[in-house]
Amino acid sequence: MPGAIPVYLHLLRAKDLIDREYAHELDVPALAREALASPAHFSRSFKKAFGETPHQYLLRRRVERAKDLLRSTGLSVTDVCLEVGFRSLGSFSTAFRELVGEPPSVYARRWRAVGAPPIPGCFMLMYTRPHRAVLDKPSPQDRS
Amino acid sequence: MISGLSHTTIWVLDQDEALDFYTKKLGFEVNTDATMDDFRWLTVSPPGQPEHELILLVPGPPMMDEEAAEQVKALLAKGVLGPGAFETDDCRDTYEELSERGVNFLSEPTERFYGIEATFRDNSGNWFSMTERSDARATAKAR
Repeated sequence: MPGAIPVYLHLLRAKDLIDREYAHELDVPALAREALASPAHFSRSFKKAFGETPHQYLLRRRVERAKDLLRSTGLSVTDVCLEVGFRSLGSFSTAFRELVGEPPSVYARRWRAVGAPPIPGCFMLMYTRPHRAVLDKPSPQDRS
Repeated sequence: MISGLSHTTIWVLDQDEALDFYTKKLGFEVNTDATMDDFRWLTVSPPGQPEHELILLVPGPPMMDEEAAEQVKALLAKGVLGPGAFETDDCRDTYEELSERGVNFLSEPTERFYGIEATFRDNSGNWFSMTERSDARATAKAR
């Protein structure tokens, strides 16, 4: 099937852009430009190629970067939230809980007590991005 | 300037079984075994080259989606993945030793223009060359 591989490579440019620029505002038109694709087809092709939408990929990349900062630095939850590109603490906390299964503060406390694991950063990037929701919906007691 | 290769990823079907094979059958040493959330960073090194780490990884998310992971597992099962070539000081000797431990060889030690070479498979389906290089033999003799 000629053509299949070059299309993937263009989409990969957009995925790599997310990995590089996750802290900035990245919208579908900007990502589609990077992939040399029309915005209309971009999201669908991205999901077909990588199994998740560009928005999910970006969100999960941000949460992965946040996990790394919470483990390995002394930054506050608010600083981490802004550092990785979230605009509000509320959206950060919700996304974090949904993907990691616990609040950022609890995650940070747990890892800071034992120290960051001896795993190279590049592999953390590639292999520790949360890839599915742990919690589908916040439980009633979380909302109160 | 790039000065060398320090880590190589080897796709395996199961980390515990791979660990067993690489340490007990091949005699490699564990370099790091650390778990972060659900990611297990497991590396082994040949005894003669502790600075080169072989990363034993199971294909799967988030590195690759389930579909891609199944494709890589299928390639492993088909035996088409050959991640590299190992070196040995004595190919025939090591061949005997590893065969006794149950390593599956695809070819017996054979003279090549670059040395003596045998090929084997790990327990995930990866194939490797194991070569005693002609220059290595000359070096060993000179010692």
